[in-house]
Amino acid sequence: MLRFMVYRALSLMGVLFSVVTITFFLVHLMPGGPFDRERKLPEQVERQLRAKYRLDGPVLGQYAGYLGDLLRGDLRLSTKYRNRSVNEILAQALPVSAVLGGVALALAVAGGVAAGSVAAAAGRPWMDRTVMLLALGAICLPPFVIGPLLILLFSFTIPLLPVGGWGDARSLVLPAVTLAAPYAAYVARLTRASMLEVLSQDFIRTAYAKGLSRFAVVYRHALRVALLPVVSYLGPLAANLLTGSIVVESIFSIPGAGGFFVNSVLNRDGFLLAGVVIVYCSLLVIFNLAVDLLYGYLDPRIVLYE
Amino acid sequence: MSEGTVLGRAWRARGVAWPCTVLLLVALSACVGPALLPNNLQQVSRESFLAPSAAHWFGTDLNGRDLFYRVLLGAQVSLLVGAAGATVSFLIGVVYGMVAGYVGGPVDAALMRIVDVLYAIPRLIFLLVLISGLDPILRKTMEAGGLGDWIGYSKILILVLCLGLTEWLTMARIIRGQVLSLRKQQFVTAARAIGQRHLRIIFTHLLPNLLGLATVYLTLTIPAVILDESFLSFLGVGVQAPLASWGLLLSDGAQALNPIKGCWWLLLFPAAAMAVTLLALNFLGDGLRDVLDPRRRDQR
Repeated sequence: MLRFMVYRALSLMGVLFSVVTITFFLVHLMPGGPFDRERKLPEQVERQLRAKYRLDGPVLGQYAGYLGDLLRGDLRLSTKYRNRSVNEILAQALPVSAVLGGVALALAVAGGVAAGSVAAAAGRPWMDRTVMLLALGAICLPPFVIGPLLILLFSFTIPLLPVGGWGDARSLVLPAVTLAAPYAAYVARLTRASMLEVLSQDFIRTAYAKGLSRFAVVYRHALRVALLPVVSYLGPLAANLLTGSIVVESIFSIPGAGGFFVNSVLNRDGFLLAGVVIVYCSLLVIFNLAVDLLYGYLDPRIVLYE
Repeated sequence: MSEGTVLGRAWRARGVAWPCTVLLLVALSACVGPALLPNNLQQVSRESFLAPSAAHWFGTDLNGRDLFYRVLLGAQVSLLVGAAGATVSFLIGVVYGMVAGYVGGPVDAALMRIVDVLYAIPRLIFLLVLISGLDPILRKTMEAGGLGDWIGYSKILILVLCLGLTEWLTMARIIRGQVLSLRKQQFVTAARAIGQRHLRIIFTHLLPNLLGLATVYLTLTIPAVILDESFLSFLGVGVQAPLASWGLLLSDGAQALNPIKGCWWLLLFPAAAMAVTLLALNFLGDGLRDVLDPRRRDQR
């Protein structure tokens, strides 16, 4: 087991390292520099700026220097938000996104699994069809349609919840639902498909044969195995949700990290971009490791290590 | 179920015929609709934010343009980007997956590690970097190549390319898995034994066996690409006015939605058009999977 985990951890570290490298060189290859303005800066100034942000010298030297800084936990200065370090920016914005994303993650998994297993196991075709149609609808409509619709319904027509903003639990509801909707729908589809497959297996017939109730069979025996595909989707799901979404954050005016994702590319803010990518990728790696561990617990038939 | 060809079987299967009909209708009205509409609907006018009426079926937008016309125009761009982008990803994914699965060994391992790494880069970032990297290059080449008049359409080309370049990962994994299992079967060994070349085996023996599965995922990639395009339009890096895409119309509509002056039609009609198309595509993909996916066929 330990050997397997070490091997997995090492290969995931390899992925992380490759992603850092690719990001660094992609930023370098992108046309336009971080100091390009409408009026060209004097050469002297630009040279000094480049020196300050350590963007001078040969590329490989820059890359080596950057890797060294990363190992020390220094994500460097943002070239757009002058004099603020990437660490500072992320420390401010990520917790906001993580809280929102955490709530959305819980909603997506709980709602999706519940809807999917009910659709597959309730034995009522109309229920199955309604749930799946709703799920498809949530996948087909982008969040910038769902978000405003929810605002219109629950803030203006029925004044229940605030339009946006950040600070109390009530303002979390609408953005979390908007963020979770498409993922919940996807989880519901995954759960339904795998539940249908599991319910046709021999051990389910055995469970019925020894006299268990339908409820016990579906939710205690089948669900545990049917969850496996959902669990393996948790890695990308968590990484996506916890790092924030620019769409939801801009609709509900939430000061999260999603905006930095997009703006760092548009501003050629290389170190901020790399920082965001590193956070995303680390989350993905950590959650994938956790998923490997969960697998063995959920289905003891699976042997991870050879 | 052996009567008839695959196509005939697919058409009779539940959940294939009606999505096809819906999609054909949408595509047909997108192609010929804008040309049939009267000329005065196509221009900017002073009648902004008119509610739907007999003259303007879907109402008008901020600049007084007829929304019905805009939705049809958006359908052209969205369907084009969706279909072409998915085709690019289909080609890359199928070739990549076939090479990895057929060659096997260290090549397979290396190719699949690359896919793993690309999966770990946030897709939106990947897209934005590609777009902002390739866009100026394409513009310059178009200008240099004497295609200056077409510069407005360069964005569409870029979107097709970049969305195709980011969507092929899942396709490659699925095709590789399928090739891995096909490669061990007797008909491939037999083909090798009578001395057929690898390329010939790939094209005449493996490819026909893969096309069903690949078509299913092609159908499911189109809605994903259309959705991605709408995200990019919302962020302002997608198609630009006077062109339209459903994503652009939707993001305009979402901004116009407020309780004081509720221009609901600006959101409702593009959303309905997009939802109907994407639903049909998803249903078609699921229906085709029931018919064409070899694993599912065994279960029936």
